Amino acid sequence: MSTSNMPLPVLKPNDYASDQEVRWCPGCGDYSILAQMKKTLATLQLPREKVVFVSGIGCSSRFPYYVNTYGIHSIHGRAPAIATAIKVARPDLQVWVITGDGDALSIGGNHFIHAIRRNVDINIILFNNQIYGLTKGQYSPTSPLGKVTKSSPFGSVDNPANAISLAIGCEATFVARSIDVYTSHLQYVLRRAAEHRGTSFVEVYQNCNVFNDGAYSYATDRQTKADHVLELEHGKPLIFGKNRDKGIRLNGMEPEVVELGKGITADDLMFHDEKAEEPTLAYLLSRMRYPEFPEPIGVFRDVERPIYDDRINQQLVQAREKRGPGDLNALFNSGDVWEVNE
Amino acid sequence: MATPTPTQTSQRVRELVEATVRFAGDSGDGMQLAGTQFTNTSALAGNDVATFPDFPAEIRAPRGTKAGVSGFQIHFAARDIFTPGDKVDCLVAMNPAALVTNLSDLVPGGLLIVNRESFDRNNLQKAGLESNPLEDGSLEGYQVFPVDMTTLTRRAVEGTGLSTRDADRCKNFFALGLVYWLYNRPLEPTLHFIESKFSSKPAVAEANRRALMAGYNYGETTEAFASQFRVAKAKLPPGRYRNMMGNQALAWGLMTAAHLSGCKLFYATYPITPASDILHELSRHKNFDVVTIQAEDEIAAVTMALGASYAGCMGVTGSSGPGIALKAEAIGLAVMTELPMIIIDVQRGGPSTGLPTKTEQADLLQVLFGRNGECPLPVVAARSPADCFDVAIEAWRVATRFMVPVILLSDGYIANGSEPWRIPELEQLPPIPVHHPDKPNNGQVFYPYKRDELLARPWALPGTPGLMHRIGGLEKEDVTGNVSYDPHNHQKMVNLRAQKVANVAKLIPPVEVEGPEKGKVLVLSWGGTYGACATAVKRLQEQGQEVAHCHLRWLNPFPANLSEVLARYQRVVVPELNMGQLLLLVRGRYLVDAQGINKVQGKPFTVGELVEGIERYL
Repeated sequence: MSTSNMPLPVLKPNDYASDQEVRWCPGCGDYSILAQMKKTLATLQLPREKVVFVSGIGCSSRFPYYVNTYGIHSIHGRAPAIATAIKVARPDLQVWVITGDGDALSIGGNHFIHAIRRNVDINIILFNNQIYGLTKGQYSPTSPLGKVTKSSPFGSVDNPANAISLAIGCEATFVARSIDVYTSHLQYVLRRAAEHRGTSFVEVYQNCNVFNDGAYSYATDRQTKADHVLELEHGKPLIFGKNRDKGIRLNGMEPEVVELGKGITADDLMFHDEKAEEPTLAYLLSRMRYPEFPEPIGVFRDVERPIYDDRINQQLVQAREKRGPGDLNALFNSGDVWEVNE
Repeated sequence: MATPTPTQTSQRVRELVEATVRFAGDSGDGMQLAGTQFTNTSALAGNDVATFPDFPAEIRAPRGTKAGVSGFQIHFAARDIFTPGDKVDCLVAMNPAALVTNLSDLVPGGLLIVNRESFDRNNLQKAGLESNPLEDGSLEGYQVFPVDMTTLTRRAVEGTGLSTRDADRCKNFFALGLVYWLYNRPLEPTLHFIESKFSSKPAVAEANRRALMAGYNYGETTEAFASQFRVAKAKLPPGRYRNMMGNQALAWGLMTAAHLSGCKLFYATYPITPASDILHELSRHKNFDVVTIQAEDEIAAVTMALGASYAGCMGVTGSSGPGIALKAEAIGLAVMTELPMIIIDVQRGGPSTGLPTKTEQADLLQVLFGRNGECPLPVVAARSPADCFDVAIEAWRVATRFMVPVILLSDGYIANGSEPWRIPELEQLPPIPVHHPDKPNNGQVFYPYKRDELLARPWALPGTPGLMHRIGGLEKEDVTGNVSYDPHNHQKMVNLRAQKVANVAKLIPPVEVEGPEKGKVLVLSWGGTYGACATAVKRLQEQGQEVAHCHLRWLNPFPANLSEVLARYQRVVVPELNMGQLLLLVRGRYLVDAQGINKVQGKPFTVGELVEGIERYL
């Protein structure tokens, strides 16, 4: 047992690794996300026993087996509900939900919506690879229209879901996006998610090199990524491009791509405000999709709102303060009670 | 201000051993309230009571129609009773529809009190009547008392400032007062109730008080009634009592088990008839450290319960058949992760939406087998409203001792019915020991699936240093809990999980038999049919018949001595409010040629039906 005057042992990223063999396909983007998560946990120096990973079903949902914390690999789509209860029951724990595009947005859509709406203090990390990997290659709710897969040989006829738009629509208090191979950016976003109180939602673009290789090549190829990705920074204008010569300007309620120079300066651009109370601009950012726009990554929104688990536990405290701690004998004998004698 | 009950009676009083009264009217007529008040008053007067509320699924069906009739039946007696009564001795019908839908349950020569003014052409038509039964002689076989309740109530509440519409809503108290007079009941309990219920609305309180008194005095002053009745006190075991409804007893049982075990009660649910009252009751008691969550759906509710149990609370979810169907996969996860949990199924008529407000016992096979894979779990069933209290504690005890989800079966009849409950001495209830390990169980290593002598695994909580481990729905390696696809390991784990549930039989008491130790017929029952079966068997025994009764509390595992008990009788008869579910189990498990008595009409068995059904085998 450590005592207060002994130095705390320093946890390194690998201290968060479990003894289980990682079984994702070689080259899968999940490896990077796992690595950045372990680094993030080490950065935060979270005691391993205070962390719980809850997942659903799918490739990403094997994640809890690979971290030496507490964890539940649950059933398809239900991780947010399980995580909600864990956080309500044990507010001292840090609870992460690891989910995928099918798990969160298709079979688990309802729990995803309601966890965010309640603003439970959990972190939901959605690995979006736009495909069903574990079932070997069917289209997912984020697959683009026309996507040819095993279950859509003539092209998918489903309109894709926009995870960030949905989260903002559910009044999310923290919304961010990163990309599996953007290692330092991903660590930054994960740390921000961990530090936010309330539901933190992070979408991670993740490459499935077996069933959907290159889905995000526009955002990861060295040659093109700077023109297709826009890194959001709080209080800064929206500038992107290899030469940082392009920006996003608001034309009424419509964003437009403009080139800097020729009379257009950074001051003409839209400035990012992740703390904006009103989520409209964050939503507008979430609508910017490749190829018409660069896709924003970083923190879209980070605001404070009352937290579900706090409210539940406060009600318990208030009820005790107001009515005294529950007394079963008093309850049993309240109201109409009568005596039967020998 | 309480008004003393008038003591002088001008009529002669007849002693009865028992009586059954039913209040019937529109769903907006306040019949449930009148019935509840009559129940409490009778219980306080020392009778044994059993009740049966019967109401439509629609909140406000069109006024005056048969679809909108709501009824509340009370059986009260000077002796032990177990059912709300087959037939009604006194029927209060507030309108023609209530008369039409309830008359067949009134005994020949029974008392029929009707609000005469409601028998107008419009209401008669809505009830599908071509002529007025009060005038056409069709009620000749009964003692009919037409009372102008509307006018009398309006007159009584005159001057309280209530609108005519509000004044008319006091009619139920008038009817209640009249029936109080008829059965010589005290008025004080209801007067107290009115005083506290309407304390913020003095005019309404005063109006209801006057209506109640007016009804009582009407009985006293009119000479319409030949006699009053009196039902003496019942000889209940000594103690303090209160009236209890099933869902309330379940809620209190859970709260008591939380106290006995030191585990926090975490109730996550989705509203569904007839289980919602458990949520309503628990959500009132947050000062008992009870967490209640109204989840987004049934699946969220059960998975929240599972998450709560993982975190060290007792996760409980409650629903009815349709919701239980949705929860099936998550219950399987609880079986696989070997976490304690309680799943309450307050059964109603099915399949699908079925009969939401009517009772049935047709979920037994669903809760036993309605999951993928080999997925056994303990199942316990309450037999009466007050029994729900004990069953909740038992389910909790088994769930924590064996690290297993337990299904607790109730039904609509038990949930809304009520009976006297002897208040337990809290200090006498045995504690429920719960252990959470705080150090590794194998040298420096923690094995989450290392079992104890009854095969339960340790309940290690997140937050405990050094015991980090992962659980999940994939098959686990024995002892280590690592994911394993090994064929022999899977066989072993399936066997272990099954044996663990079978081990529950080591802790539950053997079944007992009421009646001859062996002989012609054994009536085998479970759940809410207990009262009707016990009463029917008793009646047959009094007639000298060779019949015994055995009631199952645990449906899985069966008590260890059941096989031997069944073998002692020439014939096993299984009455059920389904098409033969326990029957199938008993026949399959014990190879006995058991026979069923089956009914699925949304109503409980009457004692008469069972006596007749059992007689066929005697």
